[in-house]
Amino acid sequence: MLAYLIRRIFYAVPILIGVNLLTFALFFVVNTPDDMARMQLGIKRVTPEAIEKWKQQRGYDKPLLLNSTAGGAGKITDTIFWQKSASMFVLDFGYSDDGRSISREIQTRMMPSLAIALPTFMIGLVVYVSFALLMTLFRTTALDMAGVALCVLLMSVSGLFYIIGGQFVVSKLWHLAPISGYAGGADSFKFVALPIVIGVAGGIGSSSRWYRTIFLEEIGKDYVRTARAKGLSELAVLFRHVLKNAMIPILTGVVVVIPLLFMGSLLTESFFGIPGLGSYTIDAINAQDFSVVRAMVFLGSLLYIAGLILTDISYTVVDPRVRLS
Amino acid sequence: MNTLSPSPSPASGGGESLLNVQGLVTQLRNGARIVDDISFTIKAGETFALLGESGCGKSMTALSLLRLLPDGVTHAGGTAQMDGVELFGLQEREMREVRGGRIAMIFQEPGLSLNPVLTVGQQIAEVLALRQDLHGVAAQQRGVELLDQVGIPDAQRRIAEYPFQLSGGMKQRVMIAMALAGQPELLVADEPTTALDVTIQAQVLQLLRDTQAASGMALMLITHDLGVVAEMAHQVGVMYAGQIVEQASRAQLLAQPLHPYTQKLFAALPDMTRRNQPLAAIPGNVPPLGGGMRGCRFAPRCDKAWALCGEQAPDWTVVAEGQGVRCHLYADGGSHVGWVERSDTHHLLNAGDGYRCAPPILPASLLQVSDLHVHFPIRKGILQRVVGQVKAVDGVSLEIAQGRTLALVGESGCGKTTLGKALLQLIQPTAGSVRFAGHELIGLNGNELRARRAAMQMVFQDPYASLNPKMRVAEILEEGMAALNIGGSSAARQAHIDTLLDQVGLARAAKWRYPHEFSGGQRQRIAIARALAVSPQLLICDEPTSALDVSVQAQIINLLKTLQQELNLSYLFITHNLAVVDYLAHEVCVMYQGRIVERGTTDEVLHAPKHAYTKTLLAAVPVIRSAQRNPLNTAPSSVAG
Amino acid sequence: MPVILWSDALVFLLLAAGGIGAWYVRRHEHLLLPWRRVARSATALVSLLVLSLFLAVGLLDTLHYRAALPGQQSGEAVYSPEVLSVFDKLIEPLRTHTEKTYSAPLAVALYAKESVADTRGNVLREYPRLRYGGAHLADVSQRDGDVAKRALFGALAGLMAGLLIALASVWRLLPSPASGRGAGGEGSQSKYLSPESSLRSTSLSPTLSRLRERGLPLFSMLVATLVIAALIGAVANLATVYHVLGTDKVGQDVLYLSLKSIRTGLIIGTVTTLVTLPLALLLGIAAGYFRGWIDDVIQYIYTVLSSIPSVLLIAAAVLMMQVAIETHPHWFDTAASRADLRLVFLCLVLGMTSWTGLCRLLRGETLKLREMEYIQAAQSFGVSSLRILVRHIVPNVMHIILIALVMDFSALVLAEAVLSYVGVGVDPSMISFGTMINAARLEMGREPMVWWALAAAFGFMLVLVLAANLFADAVRDAFDPRLNRTEGAA
Repeated sequence: MLAYLIRRIFYAVPILIGVNLLTFALFFVVNTPDDMARMQLGIKRVTPEAIEKWKQQRGYDKPLLLNSTAGGAGKITDTIFWQKSASMFVLDFGYSDDGRSISREIQTRMMPSLAIALPTFMIGLVVYVSFALLMTLFRTTALDMAGVALCVLLMSVSGLFYIIGGQFVVSKLWHLAPISGYAGGADSFKFVALPIVIGVAGGIGSSSRWYRTIFLEEIGKDYVRTARAKGLSELAVLFRHVLKNAMIPILTGVVVVIPLLFMGSLLTESFFGIPGLGSYTIDAINAQDFSVVRAMVFLGSLLYIAGLILTDISYTVVDPRVRLS
Repeated sequence: MNTLSPSPSPASGGGESLLNVQGLVTQLRNGARIVDDISFTIKAGETFALLGESGCGKSMTALSLLRLLPDGVTHAGGTAQMDGVELFGLQEREMREVRGGRIAMIFQEPGLSLNPVLTVGQQIAEVLALRQDLHGVAAQQRGVELLDQVGIPDAQRRIAEYPFQLSGGMKQRVMIAMALAGQPELLVADEPTTALDVTIQAQVLQLLRDTQAASGMALMLITHDLGVVAEMAHQVGVMYAGQIVEQASRAQLLAQPLHPYTQKLFAALPDMTRRNQPLAAIPGNVPPLGGGMRGCRFAPRCDKAWALCGEQAPDWTVVAEGQGVRCHLYADGGSHVGWVERSDTHHLLNAGDGYRCAPPILPASLLQVSDLHVHFPIRKGILQRVVGQVKAVDGVSLEIAQGRTLALVGESGCGKTTLGKALLQLIQPTAGSVRFAGHELIGLNGNELRARRAAMQMVFQDPYASLNPKMRVAEILEEGMAALNIGGSSAARQAHIDTLLDQVGLARAAKWRYPHEFSGGQRQRIAIARALAVSPQLLICDEPTSALDVSVQAQIINLLKTLQQELNLSYLFITHNLAVVDYLAHEVCVMYQGRIVERGTTDEVLHAPKHAYTKTLLAAVPVIRSAQRNPLNTAPSSVAG
Repeated sequence: MPVILWSDALVFLLLAAGGIGAWYVRRHEHLLLPWRRVARSATALVSLLVLSLFLAVGLLDTLHYRAALPGQQSGEAVYSPEVLSVFDKLIEPLRTHTEKTYSAPLAVALYAKESVADTRGNVLREYPRLRYGGAHLADVSQRDGDVAKRALFGALAGLMAGLLIALASVWRLLPSPASGRGAGGEGSQSKYLSPESSLRSTSLSPTLSRLRERGLPLFSMLVATLVIAALIGAVANLATVYHVLGTDKVGQDVLYLSLKSIRTGLIIGTVTTLVTLPLALLLGIAAGYFRGWIDDVIQYIYTVLSSIPSVLLIAAAVLMMQVAIETHPHWFDTAASRADLRLVFLCLVLGMTSWTGLCRLLRGETLKLREMEYIQAAQSFGVSSLRILVRHIVPNVMHIILIALVMDFSALVLAEAVLSYVGVGVDPSMISFGTMINAARLEMGREPMVWWALAAAFGFMLVLVLAANLFADAVRDAFDPRLNRTEGAA
């Protein structure tokens, strides 16, 4: 089993290299640094000197892959690829356009993101699974039909609507929570409550329906019939047998996002003014701060791959077939 | 309906009536009856077998009794009294006391019927907690006892294992242990050995008999296998299309089956004594589930049917003590019984013609395989290094002569299918030589191999998986001709397709249809026609009848035999069914763990086996007609078979 | 002068592919079978009706042209730089009747007070009347009655039209047209005109019952047609003189914006498949069938792509696309073609990021299929790999592709709105649900709130996505082999 895990981690390295090369190609090959400078400085009146200065400020004035003018190791290290792309492997993300360290920024903004994303994730999981279990329990009845219809309706509504509608009703009409903002410590509750509720509500439709499909698939299997033939009650069958087996497909979709919770949600954070990584990303996109976007892309895939490995670990917990072979 | 209930057999009259089912009807939402007016009685300590082909409603009968019908199927009438308690009148809560308590059930697929994420012990403990209020260490201890009782070695260790760590036979033993944990009065076993190898089947059947002897519980055994019935049952109900068409004690049924369907089932069984005559196949197919029809349901396939059979459904007729039948032949005190035996033969053959005996002189060898190895690497560790080899085929040598049939016999996992595919070069052999008509096939490149492909073709096991559902029959038959560039012009190919369909006994119009419009037996005919399309000399038949019902199996075996005579084909017949081998094969190879452990003519191997494995294999096969063997000697003495 | 934008060409390509597909399916009974199952579901047909209305709007909006400018003396025509569509022409009043700024739905006056000088030169703060909305009314107080009257008349007219359409389509579906119509022109004429009597008449009722036997949910279809027709009638009648859904900040009619957004949504939802489909199909079945190093490479590619959170990958790609577009202004001759190319690129980016899921599915299915015995039978004939892929594998994974595509459609429509909000969506000058929401969101804080643009965008989106989801469900139910085993075996 340990060999299995080591192998999974081992597999992650080439994938990260691939991501790194992809971002490098996207940010430096598709458009040259000159193009980016021209775009940011305004296309019409831009002098070559201004472009050079812009590039120098950001360290883009080096060759892409191979520096023939430098000597020794500098041939490779004194290049854009080495300093901007390869350096991300040691989590050195460089500086944003306003001159701040991106790594520092990530550290401070992680907590607000997590304060919203983690509760949303946990409460959501409980709510969705319970709702799906209820529908499964009442399958082939009108109650289940109504539940599915509700799910389809809810998943047809734009995610933006949940946020805008929620802000409007809860904050503007009922004045139950501040529209936006964030504070640390004990005050944080009143700021994070609404985003969490909205985040949970927004996922009910698709997630519950997905879990219901998984449960229904499990409940049609032979071992469930065996459990019923033992004389177990329907609830015992559902919780002891079906839920335990359904955990395997559920974990596949769920565990992988856990590390990504650090990244926060772009929409929620931006609408509610939460100073997390999500709003950081959106601000960077709007300001066309390429180094921040590049850092977030790499961080995102790093966390995703961590999620994949976590998923593999979680299988060994719930599935004896993986654990013991 | 004026159904007379089958009276209990006095021969087994000692037992108390345990379960009494009257007029049971189970139907789909659209009203189609899949179990139609079934009545039977099971006595304490007795084995009642429900015999029937796939789709006749026997499993649904059992699930109805436990009230475990799948969604969309409902109980629509009839009663089931267990010691005077009406099962269909119980509250769901009370019914749960019955399930696993008074009636336990085991299923066909032990691999799927156990919860994969709970240990054996946990699954048994569930029943113990429910039925005997045993928990913790006590439950653990009782669980080990139960596993011991069902013959699982090292029960202390096994109880903490998961189902995937057990073999198929062990899983079924665990299922039985789980059923026994509730100390049931009746055990319903739904095809308990169908998914198991024949040697394992023999062990599990023995276990069921022993358990019954020890606990005195009744057994309701659902099966399609006449052999299993002959070994196990005291009473037998023969089901066809949702109804019980005949009911009798085992002895009566074996001595004199009454219903034409039952008679045909016996006659359709292949064995050596019939080797030179065609099998009595039942024409047509098992009717689909719940297909309502007027008159007798078997009438369309019955060669004794007359006008009345098509119009009026026959009533239940008691013919002898303990033997009843649903057939017009016996309605008026058996006035029709003295029928004249009509031709039994398959429509492809002239009646009475029979088969020629195998040619006395040995013809030239067509296929020569020597020292063939197929190994699959086992990879392990961080770097997935090859740490060993699975020797699926481990040094096999065999020969097949022109126009002869070589049977390759073995249990699942012995490598026989891998061998078949390796001969066709569908799997790359690791070492050895395959010479066909003097030409070495191993190591040929694509084009050289293609030139040789036409001569050797394969018929697969599962007729539902072996035809592409998105292609018409004509396209399926033409594919090989097109790929191998034979058969000439398109018109010539179409004519050839017509001939092929004639040969395998299908209507020419079939070529415009898609596979899903055909039954299993018809699909197997199409698969045979596809292989024949390129005029091969050797057919590798990989369990071609194991997915088919007995009555349809006989049709296909007859067809294969006829084709062999007409076309002078050679067969490599891969199978686990020794009766078919006995009937069909000239020579036999017995395969065990990748090696051939015994070979010889069919008579030598099957009737004077030398290798211990062959002997075990032969001993495990349930015997239907032999009177010497008394399967009831372990049953309670009150039930005298 | 007709103009074919990039996206138009792609839509036509899709349309042609769909047409060929439909023609092919019609000729093959077994392919038609699952569609028959779809047609038996009332929700599927009603949502298909709704979808086809959206589709009709989108298609009309795809036929682009540049109007000739009047008053040119030389023979050489000069065309306006503005690219219009047939749909623009059809609803011209909606496009041209722009007010000064915000006005509420069906309002006759602007939403905000303005300083207006009256005849005597006094400056008053009041709500000025709209230039077009309710301009025909002499007195503002007449509005409610006028609105009700127009809505009612419009609905009635729509109802009549709907009845005619329903009747005509029943006529078209006649299995044997000769039997009903041969009776003589006069009789059939009268039947055609008076729907009530003909519904009861003897020659039509067998037709209806025959259609019912085929399992078509006629009643639900009739009700849906009538309701939709009445709604369209009422709105159309009102829209000539009012702004049914109000106007936005620059006075554009919100109904017009919503209708124009449909095309953008549809294009995002469909053109993207032009990228995903070939990539996923080709790589998926190649990986599954050939295995070995080909499988390793393809798996590596899609794992790398799918390991980047899709929003971030899209954002990065779109940012780079923006740089390319900004730095090469000479690529585009009109603003429309520039916005359009950005839309096409967005589809491309969305496609590049979303093919991995389908690819993984197809790889898995192909892995299963290649072990099927009919594939081995083909291999034992020496059939070439390419031919096995085309004749055996592809037809047997088509249902997965279809299910995935209809399921993806609604997700893509919803994604457009989110991406436009994030700033990596369509060109800000392009009308879409996302840009509408983005613009309206800024007015959230206004008292009283400007709610109609948001409501219209969300409402239209909900109807489109809901219809797509319901239709997708019906398609999945009809095509999923696990759900229709019994029918296949019978």
